[in-house]
Amino acid sequence: MYSKILVPVDLAQTEKMTKALDTAIDIAKHYHSELCYVTVSNTTPSEAAHNPEELAEKLATFASEQGQFHGLKTESMVIKAADTAVELDKKLVEVIKDSGADLVVMASHAPGIGDKLHFIHSNAANIVKHSDISVFVVR
Amino acid sequence: MNEKAITGSLSGEYATDYLAGQDNVKTMGMDIHRPVFITSALAILAFIVLTLVFPAHAKEMLIGARTWSSETFDWLFMISANIFVVFCISLIFLPVGKIRLGGKTAKPDFSRMSWFSMLFAAGMGIGLMFWSVAEPVAYYTDWWGTPLNTAANTPEGASIAMSATMFHWGMHPWAIYGVVALALAFFAYNKGLPLSIRSAFYPLLGERVWGPIGNIIDIAAVFATIFGLATSLGLGASQAAGGLNYLFGIDNNIVTQVGIIIVVSAIAGFSVIRGLDGGVKLLSNINMALAGILLLFVIAAGSVLAFFGDVFDSMTNYASDIIPLSNWIGREDEQFKTGWTVFYWAWWVSWSPFVGMFIARISRGRTVREFMIAVLLVPTLVSGIWITAFGGNALNQIQGGVGELTNGITDVSLAMFHMLASLPLTEITSVLAIVLVLVFFITSSDSGSLVIDTITAGGKTDAPVPQRLFWAVLQGVIAGILLYGGGNDALTTLQAGSLITALPFTPILLLMCLSLYKGLKTEVAEYSSKRKTGLVGEPFS
Repeated sequence: MYSKILVPVDLAQTEKMTKALDTAIDIAKHYHSELCYVTVSNTTPSEAAHNPEELAEKLATFASEQGQFHGLKTESMVIKAADTAVELDKKLVEVIKDSGADLVVMASHAPGIGDKLHFIHSNAANIVKHSDISVFVVR
Repeated sequence: MNEKAITGSLSGEYATDYLAGQDNVKTMGMDIHRPVFITSALAILAFIVLTLVFPAHAKEMLIGARTWSSETFDWLFMISANIFVVFCISLIFLPVGKIRLGGKTAKPDFSRMSWFSMLFAAGMGIGLMFWSVAEPVAYYTDWWGTPLNTAANTPEGASIAMSATMFHWGMHPWAIYGVVALALAFFAYNKGLPLSIRSAFYPLLGERVWGPIGNIIDIAAVFATIFGLATSLGLGASQAAGGLNYLFGIDNNIVTQVGIIIVVSAIAGFSVIRGLDGGVKLLSNINMALAGILLLFVIAAGSVLAFFGDVFDSMTNYASDIIPLSNWIGREDEQFKTGWTVFYWAWWVSWSPFVGMFIARISRGRTVREFMIAVLLVPTLVSGIWITAFGGNALNQIQGGVGELTNGITDVSLAMFHMLASLPLTEITSVLAIVLVLVFFITSSDSGSLVIDTITAGGKTDAPVPQRLFWAVLQGVIAGILLYGGGNDALTTLQAGSLITALPFTPILLLMCLSLYKGLKTEVAEYSSKRKTGLVGEPFS
């Protein structure tokens, strides 16, 4: 039913978003779909990497490790933004269109207590609103 | 995942395993560097309370300390500023000029025009609006000393009044900004250090920079920035209210002033929510366009042809007067030197963490040479044209006995409006000027909020948006409280507080030149070796 699943990840917080990652893997196994890990990032040094090249390298490693471990086909994409804190949703909507994915699996909020505070901006809610494909929101 | 193997790809001197924001706490939808965020917030609160509860003591202490630092260390400020100019100019011509920030294949995030608009709006701001008229008039009429003790109200006095103003707004301030900006940009984009003031000290302090010493450096930068911005906002609000009163007869009282602060902070807040691309860049471009229109008005009001001659004259005068004006020994004009030049140098140094870091944030993908031309030479030329148009017109009016300015400076904030009043189309230009004053505020306030947010988030530029909004709102709140609780006195007292940070920061900037040059030299070697082996292209564009 789903051939390509897009999974937005923040490499600095992978251990806090295991539920979303595991959900994506289970669905991918069930439908034999491909997993596409995507990170949106500024070009400044971040918590995940010292520079964009290193970030792309780390994400590619992460994707292939996941693929080998679970026997799935995976790929990875790093999307550059001028101001990620503001542009994340917009960039994700763009990459959904460009990548040809037919499902997005993502956490409702950045990890943390934000999950419980419903007034805090939800990235997932915005993606649901602005994209045509199915979105699996993990709480 | 094997972290070590990957970070190993970042080789060479100054490479670190430390990642931006790795010591942060993430709670309640926030992502902050706890010691820096909390200590800064407490220090800010303490200074505000002390200034309002013990106004006389605070004033005596802070203004006393500022005066002491500029009178005792005048030589240090003068020599250092000269060194920064020479250093920045040499980077344009030296082989290190070809180094690209972010590596050989890095591409700029912004177009040249937007890049320049943003850095200019952050760096010069509102001061240029008021002082481009007030300063030449002050020197020409001997309001508070004349440059090199030139006789007031003479043609020589007029010529040096112009070049001294350009001196204070030209290469020296931009060289101060340029050193900080390039050091931060280089260590962030080429060495992978977090975008925070402490990173510029990595070559000197090594890994210790992530500990308490680094915290102190970052806290000092936050302190200087927030008080620099908040006091400018407060003082500027009373200046803008003076302008509104002069133009439209609106009462210049606390209600108008606080109203201006609220409007400015609200738009600045909106701008940071819209982000660097959708808010800050947009407003900076609007700012530049409005400034261009006002400039054209003022030029067209005089003789356009004569104006080109005037610009040429003031540029050549600036070039020849820069040597005696930047000399620090055996000066006869102590009042001018300490009261104006040293004050300005301390002022620019205290703003340099903020402006430098903001410029660094937007400069990835530029070469060192391109960077220094845009940060040092172009702003000097633009300010020179601006000052020639505004200050030149003002001096012409005094010499011709036209208008209010013939009485000298009665109120600094009104000098520009007095000048515009004697030109045609006063209604249009004055309204444009007051709008421009407000936009200049907003463009400093929003970029300042982004900078403070990044520093207090351990160098992360992608911390949650409410945090940056917090700093934008806080600036307005501080400005409003100080204005309401203590008036202009409280504002100048705390402004002195932020200016004092210039004293420890000046020697630090000198060391920054050293470590920056060391870093650039290792990079230039890597450059030529990488070129021979071929370089992998950017994984994305």
